[in-house]
Amino acid sequence: MAAAIKTRSIEAFGGGERGQAGAAPERTEIAIRGVGHTYRPARGRPVKALETISLEVKEREFVALLGPSGCGKSTLLYLIGGFLPVEEGKILIDGQPVAGPGPDRGIVFQHFALFPWKTVLKNVVYGLEKKGVAREERVRRAREFIDLVGLSGFEDSYPSQLSGGMKQRAAIARTLAIDPAILLMDEPFGSLDAQTRSLMQSELLRIWQRSRKTVVFVTHDVQEAVYLAERIVVMSARPGRVKEILSVGLDRNDPGLLRSRPFAEMVDHVWSLVRSEAIRAERGGGT
Amino acid sequence: MALDKTEGEAGGGHKGAPFALAFGGGGIGSPFLRGLWRYTPIFLLALLWEGATRLGLVSHLTLPPLDRVFAAWWGLFSSGDLIRNAAVSLSRTAAGLALAVLCGTLLGVFMASSKWVRTTFDPLVQAIYPMPKSALIPILVLWLGFGSASKIVLIFLGCMLPVTLSAFNGARGTEEVLVWSGRSLGASKARVLLEIVLPSALPEILSGIRIALAFAFVLLVASELIAARAGLGYMIGWLGDGGVYDAMFAVVLTVALLGFAADRAFLLLMRRFLRWRG
Repeated sequence: MAAAIKTRSIEAFGGGERGQAGAAPERTEIAIRGVGHTYRPARGRPVKALETISLEVKEREFVALLGPSGCGKSTLLYLIGGFLPVEEGKILIDGQPVAGPGPDRGIVFQHFALFPWKTVLKNVVYGLEKKGVAREERVRRAREFIDLVGLSGFEDSYPSQLSGGMKQRAAIARTLAIDPAILLMDEPFGSLDAQTRSLMQSELLRIWQRSRKTVVFVTHDVQEAVYLAERIVVMSARPGRVKEILSVGLDRNDPGLLRSRPFAEMVDHVWSLVRSEAIRAERGGGT
Repeated sequence: MALDKTEGEAGGGHKGAPFALAFGGGGIGSPFLRGLWRYTPIFLLALLWEGATRLGLVSHLTLPPLDRVFAAWWGLFSSGDLIRNAAVSLSRTAAGLALAVLCGTLLGVFMASSKWVRTTFDPLVQAIYPMPKSALIPILVLWLGFGSASKIVLIFLGCMLPVTLSAFNGARGTEEVLVWSGRSLGASKARVLLEIVLPSALPEILSGIRIALAFAFVLLVASELIAARAGLGYMIGWLGDGGVYDAMFAVVLTVALLGFAADRAFLLLMRRFLRWRG
């Protein structure tokens, strides 16, 4: 269970096409312009979830969307993923407007969303199959990613036989295996116990530092956001707006980071921004 | 990690019985013996039957003694009559049920995924579902004759809707995130329907089929009793009209046993299909 991410060559992450050149000029990968979203439930009044969100995410950047529950941060992620239609404003991926989901944007959900009738191996193989990877090659690659997330030996287990942390590892392997340029994460560690969560956080960081995907990470956990993200987008209570965008700029390879003073100060600062919104959300939102 | 969780609830209703608990808890006997033990009430009923008729408590015309029923059964069996008619009946059931499963599953899944299909078929399903299908027997015989076609169509009509409804509910209950995962892993909408919605509706579809299986036997016997020239139901009617009651009872018991065996076999199949549900 505690098997850490193994030290592996870059090739294991399938980074082929995108390469690893750290010095490349920063390109805007995701451009969100004036996006709003209104939920229209079958019964009851429509709910305005998001209002005029504008945000740009650079290639290979790790951005956290932080806010109280119900602030629409997951909605924004689903809009980027193409799972919900963009009805107000525009979302461009590499300059192209989003038109439905696609394998260029991999997603990891809070409750794993593994296919329960497939074994771990077959879950991971699924996306590779859709990509048209040859049979032997996709099994080989799937095993590589299962190994990467420390699930070797559980290839033939069904999700119902795994713990929460193991399920999330499998889900991450499934998403990484198709080598998406963008990784969308919807409170991926939110349903894990504290120990597993902190373990998974550091493993995600290591994976990201190797594969350098663009990551949009939704969370309501301030510590998690400060620890993982390069930039934090603090969102207001419903209807969600961008309240503030902060650059973190901490050295995440410092093993003492979590106990360091700059880290604590950053967490305090971000928490002060989120706190008032959390209170507003608790009292039933803004409108 | 709990890699081997206990079996699901599919086992049936006898689990809570105190004697079964006592027996299982003591750890005596093989699973086979324990299986037999569960059916003790049936053996008791058989004993009661035999005893009541032997002691003259019940007229032999009303209820022939069990040993005579067995003798009559052996006679029908060795003459080949029973097997021939059972084969006819079972093939009718299988054909009707297979059609119902195929069409019912397709219709249910399409109704769940397309508003257009739903608005077209929903009123039809609503109207036909509560109708007693046995009322159609004379009409189907009029249209399709005394042979197998009228039986197969009746079973098909009676069994399709339970499968349709369960497939519809199962498909509607598919978790949105599973569909989204499939789409973002690169599956087309059609592929998602086939590879994600269908398997995730499978538990419900299978329970619908199990209900349909019971319906199938009811409709089979009813239609063969009323208008047929072969089949177990036909045999029951024919033997009863001729006053050969021990043989008639033998065929009735055979039908009951076949229905029971089919249900058990289906349960085993179901568990195999749903192994992934820890």
